[in-house]
Amino acid sequence: MSTAGAAPPPPGAHPLLAGSPGLRRRKLVNRTMESTATLAALIAVAVLAIVIASVLIKGVSAINLDFFIKSPAPFGQSGGGIANSIVGTALLVAMASVLAVPVGILVGIHTSEFARPSVASAIRFALDILNGVPTIVTGIFVFGLLVVGHVQSGYAGAFALAIIMLPIVARSAHEVLSLVPSSLREASLALGVRRWRTVLTIVVPTAASGLVTGALLAVARVAGETAPLLFTSSIASNLVSTNPSQAFASIPVSIFTLSEEASPAAHAQAWAAALLLIFLVVLLNVLARSVFGRSQARIGRTR
Amino acid sequence: MTPPERHTEQQDAEMSEQPLQQPRIIPRPAGEQPPAAQETVITPDTVTRPEALADGAPTRTVQLEGLRAFYGRAEQVKGLDLEFKANEVTAIIGPSGCGKSTMIRCINRMHEEVPGAHAEGRVLLDGVDVYGQSVDVVAVRRAIGMVFQKPNPFPTMSIFENVAAGMRLTGTRRRGGELRARVERALVDAGLWDEVADRLSEPGVGLSGGQQQRLCIARSLAVDPEVILMDEPCSALDPVATLKIEELIDELKQRVTIVIVTHNMQQAARVADRTAFMLDGRLVEVGPTQEIFTNPKDPRTEEYVTGKFG
Repeated sequence: MSTAGAAPPPPGAHPLLAGSPGLRRRKLVNRTMESTATLAALIAVAVLAIVIASVLIKGVSAINLDFFIKSPAPFGQSGGGIANSIVGTALLVAMASVLAVPVGILVGIHTSEFARPSVASAIRFALDILNGVPTIVTGIFVFGLLVVGHVQSGYAGAFALAIIMLPIVARSAHEVLSLVPSSLREASLALGVRRWRTVLTIVVPTAASGLVTGALLAVARVAGETAPLLFTSSIASNLVSTNPSQAFASIPVSIFTLSEEASPAAHAQAWAAALLLIFLVVLLNVLARSVFGRSQARIGRTR
Repeated sequence: MTPPERHTEQQDAEMSEQPLQQPRIIPRPAGEQPPAAQETVITPDTVTRPEALADGAPTRTVQLEGLRAFYGRAEQVKGLDLEFKANEVTAIIGPSGCGKSTMIRCINRMHEEVPGAHAEGRVLLDGVDVYGQSVDVVAVRRAIGMVFQKPNPFPTMSIFENVAAGMRLTGTRRRGGELRARVERALVDAGLWDEVADRLSEPGVGLSGGQQQRLCIARSLAVDPEVILMDEPCSALDPVATLKIEELIDELKQRVTIVIVTHNMQQAARVADRTAFMLDGRLVEVGPTQEIFTNPKDPRTEEYVTGKFG
């Protein structure tokens, strides 16, 4: 027990009971740090709970069938719904996905399967910057590109949303493709399968659910985007429209305009629209998680 | 190691001994055939290999000449001359990091798939350099199959699809009945048919480790390779599964040339006709397995096989 140079323990003191200097203080610091971190985690969860609860409390009263299937009531009348915004958001997000998801997945395939490491990391850096561009800036850019000299349109709105989706889809595609074990690529290449065919028939199908997850998360992200739509697709008809050459109403822009109105009924509808939006985003996230869980299980079995 | 003249004589001798009766071998014109032809002109049920016979060309030997392999600037294989003879199993033994795996990955050009890696020297399959300018890498890999350390069946595919993958994905279209027949034959040859015949549509990853590895062997057999490279194929398997693979190797050598890297010297002694001992990227000694294990010429080989190091 005692080594050369160290003081021998006091006779009678058991090494497990002897204690050490500052033990009490160190125990206290430990407990403080632990509880601070736990508290921070609780606050984060509580914020979400409070947001959802307040939206639920204030919005649930305005939720009824009319809210979903009717267009906004004419000025001065009560009732009506946000059917035009629901349809508009659905179309905007669908069009944006059609633009961004294939391109984003191809970018991810390029960076994870084909590009040299230095090129791939440069592209990923660029995607990170694109992802960090404030969405209002994206909105102004698309405004200058597609709206000035023309009119606001569903096309312009979808294009702005697609720009926001692109880096999210591409980065997540890169991540999930990188998770595919390289042994599968090798197995395929060693059979004499060409590289592009290996990617298309072995790598992409193995990562398919992960790719879907990335797309869903990107959809969840842009479904609630307001700023890019203000410039590109906000001056919309009160009627349900499916013509993308006109501006579409959308749920987030409706939340903004309804909350600006002077009637309590409109405010309640704004809360209800917020509730619907939160519900959609949560739904998309849960869906994305479950899809991803399955893909991980599949990849995991080959390890 | 092997001067070219001797090589030719030897091949000729082998030719007369083995009258190329293999029915499953893709006909392969001798000499410098265009690789495109190899890909498209595949008639699987052709029984003979007329051109090869007529020319008296060497068949299914692999010859390494001055092979060097690099990862970036680091030289992992430092000039290797070695011959793998037809219808023989050659085992490569040596301590970890001596370049065994790198060396066999050079034979079917899988080494170059590692970023920054390249190989120098020549790897001759039937006298044609797999690194030759007119040789397509895909043709090389179809002729020289590979089985990896860990079983790696394609997780999105069924047992059937795994075996059919090589045929389907290399553009060799086959009618359904023929495809089925070939998949069955490959599974029979890999000794897996009896175990999976009634569940071909189940996922390949649902099999046990040993079965997965035999599935991978069936997958590489299905494209009719001439050589199969095995990179420690049993290191992830239990002894019973290992035994099955070893029995399989013994049967397969009737049909293909086999190169097996192994850490297990008993395995080398059991399956290999010839054994090569590598050390630090160089060949120390190669010879009949019996000789390498009982009467090695080089003291380093003796030290290794008797367990003094490695």
